Amino acid sequence: MSEAQTLTTPDPVGGAAAPVGQTGTVSRASAWRRLLKNPMGVAAIVLLGLAGLAAILADVLAPFDPNFADLTAVLLPPGGEHLLGTDSAGRDIASRLLFGARVTLLSAALAAGVAIAIGLPSGLVAGYYGSWFDGLSNWSTNILMALPSMIVLLAVRAAIGPSTWVSMIVFGVLLSPGYFRLTRTAVQSVRDELYVDAARVSGLSDLRIIGRHIFTVVRAPIIIQTAMVCGIAISIQSALEFLGLGDPTVPTWGVMVSDGFRNIYREPLNLLWPTIAISVVIGAFVLLGNALRDSLEDLEKTKEKRTKPARRAKVAPVEVGTEHHLLKVTDLAVAYPQPGGGRKTVVDGVSFHVDRNEVVGIVGESGSGKSQTAFSILGLLPDNAIIAGGAIQFDGSYLVAPGEDGVSQGRLAPLRGKRLAYIPQEPMSNLDPAFTIGSHLARPMQKVLGLSKEAARARALELLASVGIPDPARTAKAYPHEISGGMAQRVLIAGAISCDPDLIIADEPTTALDVTVQAEVLDVLRGLQARLGMGMILVTHNFGVVADICDRVVVMQNGRLVEQGDVRTILRSPSHPYTRMLLSSMLEGKEPMTRLLGAAPEALEVAR
Amino acid sequence: MTAPDLLTVDDLVVEYPGKGLLAKPFRVLHGVSVRIAPGETLGLVGESGSGKTTLGRAVLGLAPVTAGRVTFLGKDISHASRRDRRALSQDLQVVFQDPYTSLNPSLTVGDILAEPLGIQGVTGADARKRVKELLDRVHMPQDAMGRLPREFSGGQRQRIAIARALALRPKLIVCDEPVSALDLSTQARVLDLLLEIQEATGVSYLFVSHDLDVVRHVSHRVAVLYKGEIVEQGPAQKVTQDPDHPYTRRLLLASPVPDPDRQAERRAARLAEVGAGV
Repeated sequence: MSEAQTLTTPDPVGGAAAPVGQTGTVSRASAWRRLLKNPMGVAAIVLLGLAGLAAILADVLAPFDPNFADLTAVLLPPGGEHLLGTDSAGRDIASRLLFGARVTLLSAALAAGVAIAIGLPSGLVAGYYGSWFDGLSNWSTNILMALPSMIVLLAVRAAIGPSTWVSMIVFGVLLSPGYFRLTRTAVQSVRDELYVDAARVSGLSDLRIIGRHIFTVVRAPIIIQTAMVCGIAISIQSALEFLGLGDPTVPTWGVMVSDGFRNIYREPLNLLWPTIAISVVIGAFVLLGNALRDSLEDLEKTKEKRTKPARRAKVAPVEVGTEHHLLKVTDLAVAYPQPGGGRKTVVDGVSFHVDRNEVVGIVGESGSGKSQTAFSILGLLPDNAIIAGGAIQFDGSYLVAPGEDGVSQGRLAPLRGKRLAYIPQEPMSNLDPAFTIGSHLARPMQKVLGLSKEAARARALELLASVGIPDPARTAKAYPHEISGGMAQRVLIAGAISCDPDLIIADEPTTALDVTVQAEVLDVLRGLQARLGMGMILVTHNFGVVADICDRVVVMQNGRLVEQGDVRTILRSPSHPYTRMLLSSMLEGKEPMTRLLGAAPEALEVAR
Repeated sequence: MTAPDLLTVDDLVVEYPGKGLLAKPFRVLHGVSVRIAPGETLGLVGESGSGKTTLGRAVLGLAPVTAGRVTFLGKDISHASRRDRRALSQDLQVVFQDPYTSLNPSLTVGDILAEPLGIQGVTGADARKRVKELLDRVHMPQDAMGRLPREFSGGQRQRIAIARALALRPKLIVCDEPVSALDLSTQARVLDLLLEIQEATGVSYLFVSHDLDVVRHVSHRVAVLYKGEIVEQGPAQKVTQDPDHPYTRRLLLASPVPDPDRQAERRAARLAEVGAGV
């Protein structure tokens, strides 16, 4: 995710192995490089660097002591000995700006430091352990957040007197809830990760688990938040000083604004310089925060300029003699542009067809391109994907004509849902928790088929009954979290057939289910397919599922189609070695405790 | 039994506190008893919600033991402290289901493998040597050491997780669905590796899975868990091919076979069994 992480985990071998990408075709830019590529980030870094330099070198650069008052030279205009003129006490404005940078930046760092020192450890502990400490710290956080910070700061000033440092420490305390919440949420999200469990099994102490496995997760958000907090601290501090509540003996930009404002009619420029300094530095912090977030959290998406498909009035007619196929995919290639400028091809030269009343299985391992193929038929590829070649035709007309580099959403929109349906792999994540099962089914029918509310509701109940849900009326009223995964998959199947589609594309529809539920869902699918005479594409990696329901099989490997044919031929006498290897990985009918893929060479048998 | 058991679980009950003040605790395991001899694999099969993962986690100290006893190497470890666990980790290890979340994404493979070694005081050159051995053991290249988990495929990550479990030469590894997130051929490779390691080192496995075929292939004995109770337990071949309990029969018949005609027969048999009101 980030360069920062790579940098802080030094190679234990001392650089014995240079990290090489697995394939070398997927390229990623590091976070630091991405930050430097972002003009916003570079500008922010340069501006803050200048302010930092001014603060560090103030003693050298400044021509005068910031508090040296020359009462004979008050409110001088810029020029001569005093580069930017003098203020109402005859102090050199340029010198005060330089020293002001020091105080301003230091006080911002102080506020952020105090906030982190309180918020981070308490957030780590509260997030990791929960229980009473979590309750107590949440309670105090809420109180702190309810306090109006400006009024608290005024009260502190009244009680203790004007001090930039004290007010920034107090402000840091007031900012700490932000860090606390950020850290706590991040920690809670990884507390139950399996690698933390593995560390517990190894007997790692909690302190080391937090330091080693959990802190890394909160690092990036803390860095981003800190850039923002520094900007806020500077603005609050300047505001206090502008109101005349600052320490007049300390040269800060806020005090200078205050002085400039009081003499605005006599020397208006005096107000300008500190205002510019404050605005630029705050702006730079905000920009830096944004740029950091972009480079640390968002993965960049590389897009290629598309050649806009020429708006031809008519799409070319499909090849004569192929119209009778419900779906025909010819030489399909799908590619993704890479940051380096190249393309990564994930599907290449795939051709197959599906007829009415036929179930075609697409089999392959993850990364074989089987889902990409299915998604390109549905037009559901990510929007930076490119159809790099080939054509897709559905019921006698092109969805993707030869030579087009994307799926025409205009041509697909009237088909999807009505004639093309989709059954996803993860049933639960495809149901919106805010709606009942009944409205999940009824709404699309009202929209697509134009049914009335009552008719759609009645049809929804019919559909639920047809997929074997025992009590449709009760299920229709239930919310997704109240039903099981198998039930949810039945609901999605009911949704897919609700508009009488010609072709259903099912992407691993039973992979997430238990075997007994899988068998039942396959029964439902088989029954519906036979009854409605639909064509179906079933993407799966399980040859048992293929044997159960498919008529023909397409086998894919590394984005290519290696073999296709009748289900009995492919399963009983596969001709391609890859299909044979996949079938030999099946466990059914194998002698237990034997090697499935041939014994490992003896040389590798390293004894303990 | 002649050999003393490595692990015995007697009448184990696991309850999670219910949500809300007056809610009844949620009982996941209702008195489960299993045992594992040295060098033996016990397959634990059941569907989601059956409590099979919880049993593994209770043995590892990651789930609360409400009643009953977990004995490992003759010692009661039902309520072992973190300090005891640190000692136990030499002999008792784990391989989780999801190879994507079981490895810290920001640590290099070398650091991940060295972590259990470091806890036991093995550091520096010794640790590096052992990490190299481990990578060899799971057939991973040496240069994997300096790389991050995200550079590896699911199957390779699972090998790394197995290597981490092997780091301290444990006597028992709890394998919690170690192959169910993997492709068929990757699953075959990982199962081959687990069998090979058992032959070479004599380690025992508590092998948790929902897949009867997988469990049959790697186990000496099999226990079938249903709704928090063991419904059938015995030699692997008997339980997975000629089961007595109707639930196990249903599981067996639901698992599809890769041949259309034999699958049609199996389907018919399943529908007959379900129709018979089981």
